[in-house]
Amino acid sequence: MKNSVKYCLKKPNKIKRLYFAGFLFVGIAIITGLMLGSTRLTFTEIGQAFTNGFDFSAGTRIFAYVRLPRTTAALVCGAALAVSGAVIQGVLANRLASPSIIGVNSGAGLAVTICTALGIYGGWRLSVFSFLGAFAAVMLVSLGSRKWGASRGTVILIGVAMNSLLAAFSDTIVTFMPNVGVMSNDFKIGEFSGVTYQKLIPAALIISVAVIVLLTLTNELDVLTLGEDNAKGLGMNTSVMRVLFLLLAALLAGCAVSLAGLLSFVGLIVPHAVRRLAGSKSSHLLGLCTLFGAAFVCLCDTIARTAFAPYEIPVGIIMAFLGAPFFVFILVKGKGGHARD
Amino acid sequence: MIELKNITAGYDGKTVLSGVSLSIPKGKLISVIGTNGSGKSTLLKTVVGIIAAKAGEIVIDGRASAELSRQDTAKKIAYLAQGKSVSDMTVEQMVLHGRFPHLSYPRRYGEKDREVAFEALKQMGLDELAGRPLSSLSGGIRQKAYIAMALAQDTEYILLDEPTAYLDIYNQIELMNILKSLAQAGRGVVTVMHDLPLAFEFSDGIAVINNGRIAACDTPENICTSGIVKEIFGTELRYSETEGTYYYKYRL
Repeated sequence: MKNSVKYCLKKPNKIKRLYFAGFLFVGIAIITGLMLGSTRLTFTEIGQAFTNGFDFSAGTRIFAYVRLPRTTAALVCGAALAVSGAVIQGVLANRLASPSIIGVNSGAGLAVTICTALGIYGGWRLSVFSFLGAFAAVMLVSLGSRKWGASRGTVILIGVAMNSLLAAFSDTIVTFMPNVGVMSNDFKIGEFSGVTYQKLIPAALIISVAVIVLLTLTNELDVLTLGEDNAKGLGMNTSVMRVLFLLLAALLAGCAVSLAGLLSFVGLIVPHAVRRLAGSKSSHLLGLCTLFGAAFVCLCDTIARTAFAPYEIPVGIIMAFLGAPFFVFILVKGKGGHARD
Repeated sequence: MIELKNITAGYDGKTVLSGVSLSIPKGKLISVIGTNGSGKSTLLKTVVGIIAAKAGEIVIDGRASAELSRQDTAKKIAYLAQGKSVSDMTVEQMVLHGRFPHLSYPRRYGEKDREVAFEALKQMGLDELAGRPLSSLSGGIRQKAYIAMALAQDTEYILLDEPTAYLDIYNQIELMNILKSLAQAGRGVVTVMHDLPLAFEFSDGIAVINNGRIAACDTPENICTSGIVKEIFGTELRYSETEGTYYYKYRL
């Protein structure tokens, strides 16, 4: 018996190695993100920023007002979108359901466009409106799919339609109000060059809280994937939990969009890769998505800043180059993206 | 004892069960039989509260089910649905989720939960497959894993909707023996069954549902001799004294 229980208790070494790799990638992403760019910073300059103040030299100013907010934004946006994708995929039982594909990001994008039209450029109000836009989009897709008894494939199509509709609303606003420059190409592709502390702090705080709350709800997410009736049979109020998960996922995606624009594919690539490596247990999935999502976006942003230096390309382009082929790979190899048969 | 008193229930304004009264005692294995669409699954879902009764009352061990939270009900009754999703989680992880109703937020499974889950795995002969993903297993093994999860729930009553589906005859008989032993150990076990000889062979009681009503509820012997099986299914069920077993008498 003792051995048997031990068997049940063991935590596979593979998972530990993946966590180690995740932390290592995050470390590399932070160091390269802070040091590399059109101006290379040294450890000394970064140290001076903390010891002698942010305005001590040109290097410390670049660190404090450009690299630090940008690297932090890339890390939190990557974690947020990856975790949001994993949660939405679990709740909608479809691996193709990521925030950028089913309209969640577009919902947040529309909210950001409206905010900009109303003169709100940052702070808590932008994050909250962005979240509301994302939440409205994901709830419409979820409730609509359930009401019409849509199959898992149809859920994605409803999401794609929602995506187009919301993007059309945003484009309409920009057409009639050309001064709303937020829906510029950079915003649509996603990038971090415009990140300010005013935008970063509220979004990062909300994202941190949402990820921590989700990490305490991993068993609930697992039980939800067992199917509606079985989850109810285990005592779960599935309606409440489904809304709660979508709300938290929207909170993550909404805040990420308010910071970086419409970054695509992070919520698709990272959960899928992590699931392949670590399995579907939500505690590992969400934990590792946090690490690998953060590292992935931050490294992509560093590549975007340095690959064609002194010119910079939006990070969304790097992601799209990596994400689009990956999406097709999932479609071809992943049984149409069905999380369960 | 679970008592259903004059229950009416259904979906989306459509009534499926009408005036159903039934007692589910502890220590007995009851099989619910009936034609497709007769209301067998609806009956189980109503007992566990997945479908709310429109009229009537369900009393679980002296307490009205309306007074019990979903979690309280899940601590008393394990329910295994007919349609089951194929998760990518491992057998061990899924069986451990049988302990879900026994924990409160933030749910973290402890040593005792793992012991109970592993006992359930062993009982279903799955201890060697504990680390395998469900999606890599045959339908029959998955079914056993789901049943192990219901066992890990460690409840006084177990309701299973077509538990023998996907199982070969060897595993069907093995499962019915397990359910019989659970009933003999004092649990109230209810199964929805389509295989009538198997149900009659192992059950202590048979509840026959027809068009949303309980047409009969009695011992297998009495149901067999009453002729109600032929009346409802159009096929006769007989008992062979010499073989000591039930069999269909097909009409050609």
